[in-house]
Amino acid sequence: MPSEQKLGSAIVDTVFANMVSSQNESSLLSSEGDSQRTQYPYVTGTSVIGIKYKDGILMAADMGGSYGSTIRYKSVERLKQVGKHSLIGASGEISDFQEILRYLDELILHDSMWDDGNSLGPKEVHNYLTRVLYNRRNKFDPLWNSLVLGGVKNGQKYLGSVSMIGVHFEDDHVATGFGNHLARPILREEWREDLTFEEGVKLLEKCMRNLLYRDRSAVNKLQIAKITEEGLTISQPYSLKTFWNFAAFKNPTVGAEGSW
Amino acid sequence: MSSIGTGYDLSVTTFSPDGRVFQIEYAAKAVDNSGTVVGIKCKDGIVIGVEKLIASKMMLPGSNRRIHSVHRHSGMGVAGLAADGRQIVARAKSEAHNYESTYGEPIPIKELADRVASYVHLCTLYWWLRPFGSGVILGGYDRDGPQLYMVEPSGVSYRYFGAAIGKGRQAAKTEIEKLKLSEMTCRQGVIEVAKIIYGVHDEAKDKTFELEMSWVCDESNRQHQKVPEALLEEAKAAAKAALEEMDAD
Repeated sequence: MPSEQKLGSAIVDTVFANMVSSQNESSLLSSEGDSQRTQYPYVTGTSVIGIKYKDGILMAADMGGSYGSTIRYKSVERLKQVGKHSLIGASGEISDFQEILRYLDELILHDSMWDDGNSLGPKEVHNYLTRVLYNRRNKFDPLWNSLVLGGVKNGQKYLGSVSMIGVHFEDDHVATGFGNHLARPILREEWREDLTFEEGVKLLEKCMRNLLYRDRSAVNKLQIAKITEEGLTISQPYSLKTFWNFAAFKNPTVGAEGSW
Repeated sequence: MSSIGTGYDLSVTTFSPDGRVFQIEYAAKAVDNSGTVVGIKCKDGIVIGVEKLIASKMMLPGSNRRIHSVHRHSGMGVAGLAADGRQIVARAKSEAHNYESTYGEPIPIKELADRVASYVHLCTLYWWLRPFGSGVILGGYDRDGPQLYMVEPSGVSYRYFGAAIGKGRQAAKTEIEKLKLSEMTCRQGVIEVAKIIYGVHDEAKDKTFELEMSWVCDESNRQHQKVPEALLEEAKAAAKAALEEMDAD
């Protein structure tokens, strides 16, 4: 049986129970100790690419979780559904992504409990994520992720990205990490408003293949997710065909005996 | 069974000579004077129905929800003082959320009922708090199947096959006992609950009412939600028809 003092705070807690989100707990912690706390990412995912196409959004990400230079995990699902209308893809620290998924789960749960026929769309979720990431960055305690958020609601397609410092964009095609340097140039040349599903997948695969060749943290096992007004599907993992039969790769030790 | 508790009814921390706490009984009266709330456990889920007495014609239909989702798999219908009921719902939501955060699975309905009952009971132990003037019927669907609980202002909570609180509870309970709940699906249960609520509504004494119903069953994917429009209309029509049949006799 709680003492009267504890009950007093218990009652106060109850009143504020709805308003306190898990973010407030971390703010209580960080105000106590050091005000400068950067993190180091441990298990990371690499690029995510998202494009708008005729019927909705297509997103691609591989399934690798790197532990520094080791490719430690090869079945990490980095594309996840958020509510009825949205799809999130994450790169960066995987544990922070799991935490973000918990925040989003709470967000979607509270939204659904209203039971009023409305549900949060991709624009709202993107905005929420931006606020979360930006506020964490301001406390020098970032969630070390770059996120791609896409979806369709009431016929409107939406695609955006947020980085760990809270920089957010909305565009017809977005990417995180190395994708920005290797995939976006391809997309700038070849993306069109009226891509069909097949064309979109081919375009994404072209970008992912490029990343596979050039990004050391990429693994050859990827998923492609599609979200349209009707709903969301995330493909089963599959691999891309690669071509290594370049002349320069044949007999690589010619002229340098002893090397490999 | 009303007796004047002169002198012994001023505080919730005072017992009367015959062992009653009058403040709690008075709190229960607040529940007894509100619109009827009915809950039944069918073979594949729970149905909750509320007789929402409409205070003013100006109110928008569908507003002032009396049934609230507490988590994905459970909800509660509230009777009595609406503001008190809101607090109970808020606490239940908080408990459900904390449980899932800690244990990684949705809160078992038994546990949720326990926690809500403890909380309601808490407010009957201190002189500087008043008891909640509302009771709830809590229904949910967890690993052990569908379950129905009722929590009263005294903090007592029991598990039921069928429960009713509010004005028409006596008549409602009689009707519920006539039903063969173990053989009924929630689809049929919705119709029966509508009939009961329309049946116990006192046209003479009370103004018009709005029927609000929710369910959590296999058909709703074990999610607690409002009964779908089409089924709700079907239930209302069946209830009105049943009433006319009774009047015709």
